Amino acid sequence: MTTVNLPSTLGAEATADSGFLGSVGAWLTTTDHKRIGRLFIGTAALWLLAFVGVASLLGFERIDSKTLTFNEGMMTQLFAASKTLASFGVMVPLMLGLSLAIAPTQVGSRSVMFARNAMLGFYLWAIGSALVVVSLIGNGGPGGGSAQMVDLYLMGLALVVLGLLASAVSVVATVLSARTAGTDLADVPSFSWAALIGSSSLVLTLPVTLGTLIYVAVDHHYTRVAFDGNMGVIKWLGWSMSQPQTFLYVIPAVGILAELAPVVARRKQPLRGGVFVGVGLISVALLGSVTQNVHGLAWSGSLIDKAKSFVPYALFNLLPILGVVVVLALALLALKSDSIKMIAPFVPAFLGGGMILTAMLGNALQLISSTNLSGTVFEEGVLVYISYGTVLVAWSAIAFWGPTLWGRMLPTKAVAGIGALGFVGTVLAALPMYIAGFADQQADSIQDFDYSGPASLWNAVSTAGHALFAVCVVAATVVAVKSFARGERVAGNPWIDGGAQ
Amino acid sequence: MTTAVDRVLPAGPTTAARHPLFIATGSVAAAGTMLMFGMLAVWFKFRDASPLRVGKNGKMIHDWLPADLKIPEVATNTLAITMVIAAIMGQWAVYSATRKDAQHTTLALFITGLIGVAAINAQVAIYKQMGAVLADGAYQTMFYAITGTMLVLICTGVAFSLVAAFRVLAGRVSDRAVVTAHALYWYFLTTAFTALWFVVYVQK
Repeated sequence: MTTVNLPSTLGAEATADSGFLGSVGAWLTTTDHKRIGRLFIGTAALWLLAFVGVASLLGFERIDSKTLTFNEGMMTQLFAASKTLASFGVMVPLMLGLSLAIAPTQVGSRSVMFARNAMLGFYLWAIGSALVVVSLIGNGGPGGGSAQMVDLYLMGLALVVLGLLASAVSVVATVLSARTAGTDLADVPSFSWAALIGSSSLVLTLPVTLGTLIYVAVDHHYTRVAFDGNMGVIKWLGWSMSQPQTFLYVIPAVGILAELAPVVARRKQPLRGGVFVGVGLISVALLGSVTQNVHGLAWSGSLIDKAKSFVPYALFNLLPILGVVVVLALALLALKSDSIKMIAPFVPAFLGGGMILTAMLGNALQLISSTNLSGTVFEEGVLVYISYGTVLVAWSAIAFWGPTLWGRMLPTKAVAGIGALGFVGTVLAALPMYIAGFADQQADSIQDFDYSGPASLWNAVSTAGHALFAVCVVAATVVAVKSFARGERVAGNPWIDGGAQ
Repeated sequence: MTTAVDRVLPAGPTTAARHPLFIATGSVAAAGTMLMFGMLAVWFKFRDASPLRVGKNGKMIHDWLPADLKIPEVATNTLAITMVIAAIMGQWAVYSATRKDAQHTTLALFITGLIGVAAINAQVAIYKQMGAVLADGAYQTMFYAITGTMLVLICTGVAFSLVAAFRVLAGRVSDRAVVTAHALYWYFLTTAFTALWFVVYVQK
């Protein structure tokens, strides 16, 4: 199904003679779903830069585990910033922004349902995430030394969750209720389906985060007896920034990959229903994450003990992998075509999808108790793989739907080149963490890890990977701003229509 | 003279969204259910982790509710019944709106809101009768957190009732979608409160 590009009747569009203030005002009060989506994407890009910067700093500090370059007290906040920004600053808003911008046009709606609610969601998220960053800078957050700043972190996180929830409800309502007459839910494009499943997963899991957040915040502010004060923040809320919950955040990314494969193959997606089933299978992870427990595999004891351990492990960690494998396999099946015409956005989408699958496989491996990977930097490697992989897929989506959103195109070479470099950066940043995890390098620690093996090498390579990814993010931002502001105007979408490769 | 513009086919009719408010309210209700049930799950976890002691009937019970705190059962049971009545009033509004009976729809919506206010009042009365101090311990902290969250949700229900009532009062009688969504929201509130009432006030 092709996208339709209908003008929004609700947006307070800036006119050419409205001036700078008028233009800013139009953006701040917009109800145009494309603008709301772009606001999410733009602000998420800002937090992405912060996240990559923090990851680079942490990597640099780990190169020499005997000496400290930065203040030791900062490290707790940097680790917390890394986790919080990866999930709530980058992955969820990027995917939600794309869902808001693209899904309504795909289902034939003139606007997102409850556009003001979606815009309110953006404001809550943007203000909340800014408060989170301010609190972390001010010695707050998990394990923070300033009680007021820890409270501020919790309040900011609550606003973030509420904002994302509000926007997710708009996406769900749009795909379910605003489809073109005669369009069945089974007929919607793969990305819209993934946006629906991803947003529904957010609607069902983020409130559980919010509930725990309320407990932790009230306890921290008044008593600090039940939830371990500042040290309990990650203990009770860490699941919302870890696997398998992050699998739910990236469901739309899998939808993007499924959307692009038939475009490259120039044919209809074979077994289209299978793609939908695959995307749906990933959402099974929500059943595991809302239990707020880690479902590891302890292969010991009697057969019943093994079964008790294996069933939840397989259900919550292996089934989502099967979902991604199904989508990837069907994408490859679609590509088994004589009419393939490669387009640049497919490069980062495919590579990013591979990174997400690597993260899921890594997560499944680290949860097997006999591997002894739990609590090591292997976990951090999983988070880097999934977050950077999501960014790569988002980059492909921005390039692919750029003509729809901005009316202009990104340069083909820049799209593919930055995507490929980003892939190299991701592998360099995350793979050494996987290896160091096997060597028992502890997670969330910057010093005093001593193991047989080139510890400095792994951490140096990882730092170089983060730095390379940071360069890619800056380059992508510059290219996108330049091209979308002053690039050549195009009609329709040349990636689909065959005008670009 | 025929211009190029004249030859262009006219745009199709704007697609009317199918029950967007009902779907959005359903999503919010699902989110609210997950919120309350998630909080109840943590409540269970703490209650099960509390030490055992001998209860009044000689059975071993969890030492979760502090001995100096008494749950005012009359007030809590009245509150539970109040919530059920609110849901019934919400359904009455739907029944009346379906028959385009503006008077009864408005009346039902205002009564729903009023019952919501009564529920808030009952919850405040429970707080006063219990006299629990928030900073006294884990139970008190969690008690105020979970019941306070429920209180906020009931406040949003009252606001929904008032908005729906004033819309009907202003003449939007045929706008049945809002009234239906309103009823759904009160069904959710009643369900969530019933679960909370059973776990926190009955099971203790």
